Amino acid sequence: MIKAELKPIDEILTCLDPYNKILLVGCGACVTVCHAGGEKEVGLLASGLRMARKKMGKMIEVEEATTARQCEPEFAMEVTGTVEKVEAVLSIACGVGVQTLARHFSKTPILPGVNTTFIGETTAHGVWEERCQACGNCILEKTGGICPVARCAKQLFNGPCGGSSKGKCEIKRETDCAWQLIYDRLKALGQLYRLEEIIPAKRWGVESRDSGPRRIVREDLKV
Amino acid sequence: MKAGSHLETILEKGLFAVTGELGPPKGNNLEVIKKKVDLLRGYVDAVNVTDNQTAIVRMSSIAASSHLVRMGLEPVMQMVTRDRNRIAIQSDIFGATSLGIKNMLCLTGDHHTFGNQVDAKNVHDLDSVQLIDCVRTLRDKGTLLGGEEKIDGEIKLFIGAAENPFGDPFEFRAIRLGKKVAAGVNFIQTQCIYDMNRFKEWMKMVRDRGLHEKVHILAGVTPLKSGGMARYMAKNVSGIIIPDEIIDRIVKAPKPAEEGIKFCVEQIQELKEIEGVHGVHIMAIEWEQMISRITEMAGLLPRPNVD
Repeated sequence: MIKAELKPIDEILTCLDPYNKILLVGCGACVTVCHAGGEKEVGLLASGLRMARKKMGKMIEVEEATTARQCEPEFAMEVTGTVEKVEAVLSIACGVGVQTLARHFSKTPILPGVNTTFIGETTAHGVWEERCQACGNCILEKTGGICPVARCAKQLFNGPCGGSSKGKCEIKRETDCAWQLIYDRLKALGQLYRLEEIIPAKRWGVESRDSGPRRIVREDLKV
Repeated sequence: MKAGSHLETILEKGLFAVTGELGPPKGNNLEVIKKKVDLLRGYVDAVNVTDNQTAIVRMSSIAASSHLVRMGLEPVMQMVTRDRNRIAIQSDIFGATSLGIKNMLCLTGDHHTFGNQVDAKNVHDLDSVQLIDCVRTLRDKGTLLGGEEKIDGEIKLFIGAAENPFGDPFEFRAIRLGKKVAAGVNFIQTQCIYDMNRFKEWMKMVRDRGLHEKVHILAGVTPLKSGGMARYMAKNVSGIIIPDEIIDRIVKAPKPAEEGIKFCVEQIQELKEIEGVHGVHIMAIEWEQMISRITEMAGLLPRPNVD
């Protein structure tokens, strides 16, 4: 799922400086799971903002809401009534949620309260790790279900660089070397032969974000 | 002959090759290159010109290599995939070969976070195996990567790459070399060797796969200047293994730098005896003045005149 982290409170306060009445809106999907922008975080942040502004001698009125899935217009639109009554909206959904609101509420500034960081997995309580870059052409069948595009610091397709040492990446010692994981997994699967295959240059410019913003159209689902 | 470079000629004749390394200046000071060239010329067959190594911004390897050509010392132009996409790579190869550069080393490059531009966006459009394939395509097919479009002119390059027998997973290292060979590499320079047992074990895996007959392997060495350097490298540089007894030997020596040179020479002599090792790559980093002594003591002089 999409992972995000709350922005530093000072940065949020700077953003909110011109406004005295805002709507703080969270999202019930991904950012709830990673404890960055769900209903609980909306409550905590709202209190924090009120206190901080009170201390600054510049009270702020904060309306609170949490949409089920902010990236889907039918849910995002549920806050229409409140949006019309405030000067700005602070969204702590991911960047998609912020943009869904911005697309629908043309007259109200929509401000981001979190930094959207990556598509990842929960590896321990309170720990999330990047797993997918949405690169547009999955090769996990070749790499034992471990993605070198997302998990190798150099996005190498044909094996580890010289900096792989004792299972770790030289960039960050707490990070596993993706190619060590791939090697171990293929070995366990009895598929080491897969390592012999040269994976050709990826078509970044056609299949990934480098082609421009991507779009999926399903004719069978359109109404 | 693929490129007709001096290095290729030496290796194709079955002679033991010696290459050195030259880091371009952190600016446009040509004097730095002149000084290093004077220290290396006559003692090595060709010199690697690094491409912003450790991601520190330096004079481009193409420009510095071109200066070497003019000064009469054959360059091995390094090129990393960290900073260029395939458009820039192919364009730079056109330019480099037009300037008389005949050897090229295909690398991914040190991660940019080790350098002095940590905010940079890294590219890695291709990896080193794909870069080798790209250069071979330009040279042997005369077309651009992934297309039928003919190149105006001929690309003649002796294609090199690196391999690190001290990186993990160890068992993958010979497989990875095999991929580079399949992609079209002509010569390999290894990461600096201190753990001779592990290097020999790797060479055995290389021979078992028959790779030593398909690619020239140049064994990498770096003389240790001091006990501190040995300890630092062993502890902090991923993919370098320095056994404790070697660190001890340098640390305890009355003159550590002398001992470092002596040990380096012993290593070269041992490496010369290993089946499949066709040369040495001496990386005397910012210690180029030692190249003449090391090559002399190791019995590598005079360098053969084959042209």
